[in-house]
Amino acid sequence: MTSTVVEPIPRGTLGRRVGRELTDWAPAAAVFVLGIALWEGLVRGLNIQEFLLPPPSEILQTLWTERDTLWSAGWFTFQEAFGGWLIGCSVAMLTALVLARWRTLSTALMPFAIAANAIPIIAFAPITNNWFGALNQSSKMVIAAVLCYFPVLVNTLRGLTSVRPQQIELMRSYAAGEVEIFRRVRIPNALPYIFTGLKVATVLAMIGAIVGDWFGGSLDALGVEIQRQAGVFAFTEAWAAIVVASVLGIAFYAAVAIVERLTMGWHPSSRTE
Amino acid sequence: MAGMVAKRVGMFALVLAALCAFWEGFKWFGETTGFALGSFEVNDRTLPHIHDIIGQLFEPSRTNGPLLIEVLWDAALFTAKEAAVGFALGASIGFALGVVLAHSRLLQRGLLPYIVASQTVPILAIAPMVVVWMGGRGFPDWFSVSVISAYLTFFPVTINTLRGLTSADPRALELMNSYAAGKWAILWKVRVPSALPYLFAAFKIAATASVVGAIIGELPASIQDGLGGAILNFNQYYATTPTSLWATNLIAALLGITFFLIVVVVERIVVHRAPEHVA
Amino acid sequence: MSVVSLQRVSKKFGVGGVRALQAIDLEIGEREFVSLIGPSGCGKSTLLRIVGDLIQPSTGKVVVNGKTPHQARLDRDYGIVFQDAVLFDWRTVAKNISLPLEMVGWDRAKRTERVNELLELVELVGFEGHHPWQLSGGMQQRVSIARALSFNPPLLLMDEPFGALDEMTRERLNLELLRIWEASGSTVVFVTHSIAEAVFLSTRVVVMSARPGRIVGIVDVDLAQPRTADTREEERFADLIREVRHLLRRDGGPDVEEPTPTGEQDFIAAEEALD
Repeated sequence: MTSTVVEPIPRGTLGRRVGRELTDWAPAAAVFVLGIALWEGLVRGLNIQEFLLPPPSEILQTLWTERDTLWSAGWFTFQEAFGGWLIGCSVAMLTALVLARWRTLSTALMPFAIAANAIPIIAFAPITNNWFGALNQSSKMVIAAVLCYFPVLVNTLRGLTSVRPQQIELMRSYAAGEVEIFRRVRIPNALPYIFTGLKVATVLAMIGAIVGDWFGGSLDALGVEIQRQAGVFAFTEAWAAIVVASVLGIAFYAAVAIVERLTMGWHPSSRTE
Repeated sequence: MAGMVAKRVGMFALVLAALCAFWEGFKWFGETTGFALGSFEVNDRTLPHIHDIIGQLFEPSRTNGPLLIEVLWDAALFTAKEAAVGFALGASIGFALGVVLAHSRLLQRGLLPYIVASQTVPILAIAPMVVVWMGGRGFPDWFSVSVISAYLTFFPVTINTLRGLTSADPRALELMNSYAAGKWAILWKVRVPSALPYLFAAFKIAATASVVGAIIGELPASIQDGLGGAILNFNQYYATTPTSLWATNLIAALLGITFFLIVVVVERIVVHRAPEHVA
Repeated sequence: MSVVSLQRVSKKFGVGGVRALQAIDLEIGEREFVSLIGPSGCGKSTLLRIVGDLIQPSTGKVVVNGKTPHQARLDRDYGIVFQDAVLFDWRTVAKNISLPLEMVGWDRAKRTERVNELLELVELVGFEGHHPWQLSGGMQQRVSIARALSFNPPLLLMDEPFGALDEMTRERLNLELLRIWEASGSTVVFVTHSIAEAVFLSTRVVVMSARPGRIVGIVDVDLAQPRTADTREEERFADLIREVRHLLRRDGGPDVEEPTPTGEQDFIAAEEALD
């Protein structure tokens, strides 16, 4: 009997995939080049408030000359962000596991989680400063951790519970217990959602660390550096520090995105269209 | 129906009471056992009693001055105004940007990375520049704060508008095309309605973000009248009266929650959504 | 010895709610292929799940393989196939098939051997490393069937497994299913909407009425075994189809469309929520 063999969807040759990636990114690269050129041209040509918005060439120069201070400040702040991210995400994922297992708890606590998410967490920076001391990295780490907590909790919980009923029926037909169902169905199903949460959290952690500095922080920190330079109208130095903060944030996000790609090759989002 | 509401309210009160008990319980535990985490100790200064915090609201904010709660109420209203303007500004810009991007894949690929990257630039850093620049142009200080608030608001609205508009059922679009409907008609009759759930999800995030932006934005602008100023002010008195700062944070939290609830109520009225299928 | 025995089984959902099944009496013997057919909402999927201990009956006695359905489920006496293949995206075809074997605790060598056997049986050799999304609908269902057979259960429960496929693939898979049934020696309870499919596959067709579901009649299918593509051309085939159709029409069949307020899936979801 001839079997019903249908060719599976092809993934494309390596060359074709690389080419496709490049064309995807071409417009963004073009905008970048255009943007920088425009910025430089306008600021120099029209002599626009140079003190507020320095030309990119000067910022680049300052990035080089101040690279030691900027690098150590960046590293100091990144430690705060990363530590907070680690703590906040782990506690959030653990909470999500508990809430997914005992649903009555989650329905009871949901309004509070939603309300807590609407609180301006950053306003608690002065309090954590009073707890751990303004110069201590822990005070900013706590802020970053709390900022990461809710997005990761919500996303993880969603992933754990958005399992199709038939998959649960299937597992029950195998006489599977709750633990097995978690292990084999809920957790793998939740991975894409978890990564979404983790990526969002990287941005929030960086913001928490840097903005937290504004209420008081060590001179070694990037946020304080930005504030200090802006305070003495050294805007080129301030912008250079801002660029460093941005780049760190993007790199953090990208690192998590790469881990996601590596662990989830099976997911629709990484298939060819 | 009334029974269900009563049950939910009861559940809410129960959990609230449990959380308060947990707080006080932790405080008692920390103080009796001398629990510490690095330099963090548990005492009346680091973790005041809840009744003390609430009680502080009804004390004068300074000698012979108005009650704390009056001061904070005015500050909250001030910040709320900044946040509301910021929300309106940010949401409109975000929506418009989302509509534009939804209609051009080229623009999407070109601009989206920068829109995402814009959020990694800590607003606080550019806030002083924004304040100085706008002040020079004759805008009142509080408006600069609204601009900063709008900066935090536009991003989730843009992203979700884009997602929502492009998530329209392809078959509904085919139907519209068979009626030779123009792009404008398709936008308002099909894409926007199907984007509403996404929009409201963004508005909920944006509501909180606009309040955060307003509070934080007041700091570089050195505005005294809002909650940001109040936080800085009472931070200075933390050693003597820690409960004042905690009370301020409580009011700030309530402001954020209120903004959020307003969006939730509007959503209930506007959108009727099918429940998610969960197991 | 009967594999499935149902006595006066009925099912009502919720307090004062929908009566899905009423006084079902049915005996299914070894190696039988029994189809359940009826209009939408007649409770055939519910009945299938009662046999599988995924839903509890309101009244009546159910014996599966000489045990209670609960014990039968714990002993893994049956494999189930849904209309949706319900494969796990994050597992390859081979790992999807070996899922129940992992849960029973077979070691890797034994699992690999069994998976290869099954891949041959459903003619999917060479696709072990593929992921579900790379396969067509028909191929996914074959993986689902292979999985259901992996631990060689005496009973196979199938809930409209080919319902989502096109006619030609369906006819092909019907023949394949019969071949697999022959080779495995298992008993099959098969829910379907298609009269032709029910007659072609079964040894007996159980016709059910509209809600509340009752057994209207049972048709013995005396067509020659093994069935082939030519069986569909026989006159006896058309006669049997006519017989089934009359039974359906008599008690509210497809010509009398009863609008169901909620589909059967919602019954099942509601049941799950009550757990």
